[in-house]
Amino acid sequence: MNLFRNKKKLRSFKEFLYILPFILLVGVFSYYPLYGWMYAFFDYRPPQPLTMSNFVGLKWFQSLVSNPVKTKQIMSVMVNTLVMSGITVGTSWLPMFFAIFLNEIKCVPFRKAVQTVTTVPNFISWVLVYSVAFNIFNNTGVVNHVMVAWGILDEPVQFLQKSDHVWITQWLWLTWKNLGWAAIMYIAAITGIDEQMFEAAKVDGATRMQRIHYITIPSILPTYFVLLMLAIASFLTNGMEQYYVFQNAFNKEHIQVLDLYVFNLAMGSGSYSVATALSILKSMISLILLTIANGISKLVRGESFL
Amino acid sequence: MGSVKKKKRQEQSVGDALISVAIYVFYAAFAFICVYPFYYIFINTISNNDLSQKGMIIFLPHGIHFENYVKAVKIPGLLNAAFISVSRTLIGTILTTISTAFLGYMFTREHLWHRKFWYRFVIVTMYFNAGIIPWFLTMRNLHLTNNFWGYILPTIVSPFYIILAKTFVESIPKELQQAAEIDGAGTMTLFYRVILPVIKPILATVAIFAAVAQWNAFQDTLLLMTDNKLYSLQFILYQYINQASSLKQLVNSSSGSAVAQSIATVQTATSIRMTVTIIVVAPILLIYPIFQRYFVRGIMIGAVKG
Repeated sequence: MNLFRNKKKLRSFKEFLYILPFILLVGVFSYYPLYGWMYAFFDYRPPQPLTMSNFVGLKWFQSLVSNPVKTKQIMSVMVNTLVMSGITVGTSWLPMFFAIFLNEIKCVPFRKAVQTVTTVPNFISWVLVYSVAFNIFNNTGVVNHVMVAWGILDEPVQFLQKSDHVWITQWLWLTWKNLGWAAIMYIAAITGIDEQMFEAAKVDGATRMQRIHYITIPSILPTYFVLLMLAIASFLTNGMEQYYVFQNAFNKEHIQVLDLYVFNLAMGSGSYSVATALSILKSMISLILLTIANGISKLVRGESFL
Repeated sequence: MGSVKKKKRQEQSVGDALISVAIYVFYAAFAFICVYPFYYIFINTISNNDLSQKGMIIFLPHGIHFENYVKAVKIPGLLNAAFISVSRTLIGTILTTISTAFLGYMFTREHLWHRKFWYRFVIVTMYFNAGIIPWFLTMRNLHLTNNFWGYILPTIVSPFYIILAKTFVESIPKELQQAAEIDGAGTMTLFYRVILPVIKPILATVAIFAAVAQWNAFQDTLLLMTDNKLYSLQFILYQYINQASSLKQLVNSSSGSAVAQSIATVQTATSIRMTVTIIVVAPILLIYPIFQRYFVRGIMIGAVKG
């Protein structure tokens, strides 16, 4: 019996050895970078290695609030981050309605075509989105050409180099890229609704809007709720690629979100230590947000989404 | 009484019809803005370059020629970047798919040593990371900057794909594995002979997701690579958008006497920008319609798991 148990244990450990190389990869690329947080507590000036740098304690964290220039910069970065995330969360119901009304289309080939075509932008990179934007909106692009020809504009405008409405235009690009794809999850949820419910409602004389209101929306609300919680959990994480490719000297003031600011601080001006300090704060706050969102999920739906 | 009811029904159907029309118009318009940009850029690359530069090509190509694509090979760095992008996509996709299949299977092995802990150890990295600057500093310490493997190694273990694969393996009847185990199949034999053939569909999904991600990756080049021999297509496209005018001299001067060239086919900043854009986006646009169902299945399994 004892021997048998040991043999089993041996096998379970052998199986662990099989996955060990992959565990090590995760360790190196996802956990080991946490050690890089050390840089936030040293006066690190490349190419000097960390071991030769002076320990400065919380100096960099303090500089975030005590240095008026930096504080002002961070305030403006935070405004950008919060406003853009706010717009995204505030309009997070759009994909749901995109799916609901797409489902109302009775002509199947048309519906399929719309679904295929509107998900394509999700699969191209932000660089390509920027390239599309540039080619369409630059001086000789189609938008300027048509607007001048129709007399809406007197002369071509450099749309991408304007500092007005950056928050809105960035949201529009994000929506262009994501809306169709984000709707797929809801389309799947709608497909899962029992067809008999709709039939019964029809027999009872429910109008189309009533059916949407009383059957479709309540059925897919749980999906929306989970996605909303995830959006709240990643409120500080806008990603930097979109804003990096669209940023230029003219719109920088309004386009710099936290992720991009951290990148620019480190790779642009070489302030690795300050950038790391900001990274740490961001990770901490994000973790708190995730816990809160998960807590709300447990409270409302009785299950966590992690 | 009867006529009132009739009238009401009529009003309702008129309203309904109006809603239907509005729905069709909206989706047709949205589909149009998703497709037209790609079409617009494409027809410009095969049109008379002079007309194209003036923004005259809007709906139909004029003076069709393919010089832009023939001369694209002369754009400095383009061929090399294409080689890098294709290599990282091939190697990265193969390794990611293999590791996903194996880990997805291993994490269903009930006797795996501390299975739950290691599974969480991997999955948590989806929600929590050190931030890009500590990650960059770590990569530099590991000598993965200006190193092709910097593109590959961090992407091999990907928690989201592992969730997909594990969910799929769990849906396979347990009897299948048990029968093979009674016949004396070990952990690895089971994986090769029983699991792998069955989970092919989900691996196709994962492979396509991974390939698109590798092809589209931009941020890793931006962070890790300063050696222009390692630049990816996405990265040089971004550079070309901002410096196309200086490139056009290089391309044109290297193509023999400028006199022999007609104004219709001589390279312009616009033509270079648009041609490279099409070259970079073409693989995605070509595979997308073929593999759409795999994408959709991926997100649906992901949605079930939340």
